[in-house]
Amino acid sequence: MVGRAYPRVIGGVREPSWLFFDTFLPLLGIAAFILYYQAIGAPEVFAGFVVLGGAMTAYWLNVLWSMAAQFYWEKEVGNLQLYLMAPMSRMAVLAGMALGGMFFTSVRAFSTLLLGIIIFQVEMVVTSPVSLALVFVLTLIALYGMGMMFSSLYLLYGREAWHLSSLFQEPIYLVSGFYFPVRALGFWVALAASIIPITLGLDAMRQLLFGQESMGFLPIDTEILILLALAIFFIIGARFALNFMEYLGKREGRLTLRWQ
Amino acid sequence: MGNAIECRNLTRHFGGNRKKEPTVALDDVNLTVEEGELFGLLGPNGAGKTTLLKILATLLLPTSGSVSVLGYDVQKDAQKIRPRINMVSGGEVSGYGLLTVRENLWMFSQFYGVPGSEARERIDELLETFSLLDKAEAKVRTISTGQRQRMNVVRGFITDPDLIFLDEPTLGLDVSSSRTIRDYIRKWVRDGSGKTVLLTTHYMMEAEELCDRVAVIDRGRILACDSPQNLKRGVRKDSAFTLELTPFAGIEEIAAVEGVRGTSIDSGGSKATVRIVTEDESAIADVISLISRKGGKVLSMTKAEPTLEDVFIQLVGRGLV
Ligand SMILES: Nc1ncnc2c1ncn2[C@@H]1O[C@H](COP(=O)(O)OP(=O)(O)O)[C@@H](O)[C@H]1O
Ligand SMILES: [Mg+2]
Repeated sequence: MVGRAYPRVIGGVREPSWLFFDTFLPLLGIAAFILYYQAIGAPEVFAGFVVLGGAMTAYWLNVLWSMAAQFYWEKEVGNLQLYLMAPMSRMAVLAGMALGGMFFTSVRAFSTLLLGIIIFQVEMVVTSPVSLALVFVLTLIALYGMGMMFSSLYLLYGREAWHLSSLFQEPIYLVSGFYFPVRALGFWVALAASIIPITLGLDAMRQLLFGQESMGFLPIDTEILILLALAIFFIIGARFALNFMEYLGKREGRLTLRWQ
Repeated sequence: MGNAIECRNLTRHFGGNRKKEPTVALDDVNLTVEEGELFGLLGPNGAGKTTLLKILATLLLPTSGSVSVLGYDVQKDAQKIRPRINMVSGGEVSGYGLLTVRENLWMFSQFYGVPGSEARERIDELLETFSLLDKAEAKVRTISTGQRQRMNVVRGFITDPDLIFLDEPTLGLDVSSSRTIRDYIRKWVRDGSGKTVLLTTHYMMEAEELCDRVAVIDRGRILACDSPQNLKRGVRKDSAFTLELTPFAGIEEIAAVEGVRGTSIDSGGSKATVRIVTEDESAIADVISLISRKGGKVLSMTKAEPTLEDVFIQLVGRGLV
């Protein structure tokens, strides 16, 4: 697992230019939303929403593009067959990929958060650090669990899944409430969006950071429970998808490169 | 010693549905490789070599038949096989370009649970053997193809497997890299008690000089399997010829002359070189009369010691390209 996280982390450190773009670009997006909110006279607290959402975007993009596409990509360079031939646990490979991605993305997310707070003078109060940490960790586990599950499915349904990803990226920005409280969408849409762990994670974090003004969707405890359920669901799902992918791949010859 | 590999009636199909016949990559293959053997699979592109290796390496399921590796069934006991095998393919670009050679090797050694200090020691030793020590800290994306392939070979041996699969390990490599790799393979099998190598190649010389036994494979079928010496004995001494000709239209008709078992024709430049395996010496007279009838001219003719290439020509009816 450590072995698998390693190239990600080292890779990230070796190419610091990524860091610049990955912090800078989200900030531009954040700035645009904040200016817009100021123009329409939205409450001050919206700036905080946007900064937090912008920071969490990093994880979402990492899961959607990097994590989910990881196996597909590893197959293309021929690493996948080496992983599957090795005696280590397959879940450890995935978990290693997730940890590596998480670690590196955290660097971006926190830089975005910090810069956002400083530049846009966001005020927030950490009322309950334990709950906040719990929500954050659960969100990440559920989110990366989803990524782990998707990575196997991507491998099997490659190109179609890719299109799906691009198709979903923007709408999910919208419905997951990256830049505004998800409740604004109405109960049912918000509930449906909650299948994406980041939706409730963001909502809960906002409630914990911005208190009453944050227009929470569900009570925090409920949100934590749902996040926990999502985390378990996705991790188990990842396991199933992985076994399924390996079996189908071995049967149909889709795990390995043809031209070798 | 036991058998490292046993295939019984192994068949593997790809694709195929109600409208389309499946590709038969392996067709009723029976093969036994003993522990401690350096075994070669020799066959042209598309013969099914890689498919066979992938099945043995637990990466692909057989369509039918039974396969055991190191005494375990590849379908039921893959997890028992995996710690003891490894595979390296020619032209492989695995690993991570941003990591150094040493880091990549370390990473792969950890997938097999090689203890840290042991891994470091083996990495140094093998890098030295493969003249890569000065590239140890170079990022993989900056090293040459030959260096990369040597690194891949090191990756295969770093986990100290009992059985290693080498899929065209010297494909497209320069002479000296190829030699380093071949020398190491030979030494590894000789020095290790019961260490087994299964390598595929379409280089005749490689099979001939390296392997204890060779299986000739074409279109998914094993056509012959024996030591290179015995295989060559199967070609009669007075039946292999090399002709140099002026090229002429219809040169490939030589293969159809009665008594000719197979030909390998190289008609690149101003003269064509034809390797012919015949049933007996008398067929060569008909070949020569065909050549003059077609307007070609025989520049030279030599009776050749049979090589593995002649074995192949005789079995398959054409040369190995
Ligand atoms: N994953 C695959 N899907 C479909 N056909 C395949 C696949 N792998 C190999 N084949 C086919 O099986 C045959 C044998 O291929 P291969 O084992 O790669 O031969 P070799 O390694 O001897 O060149 C070829 O006809 C090839 O096209
Ligand atoms: Mg091949």
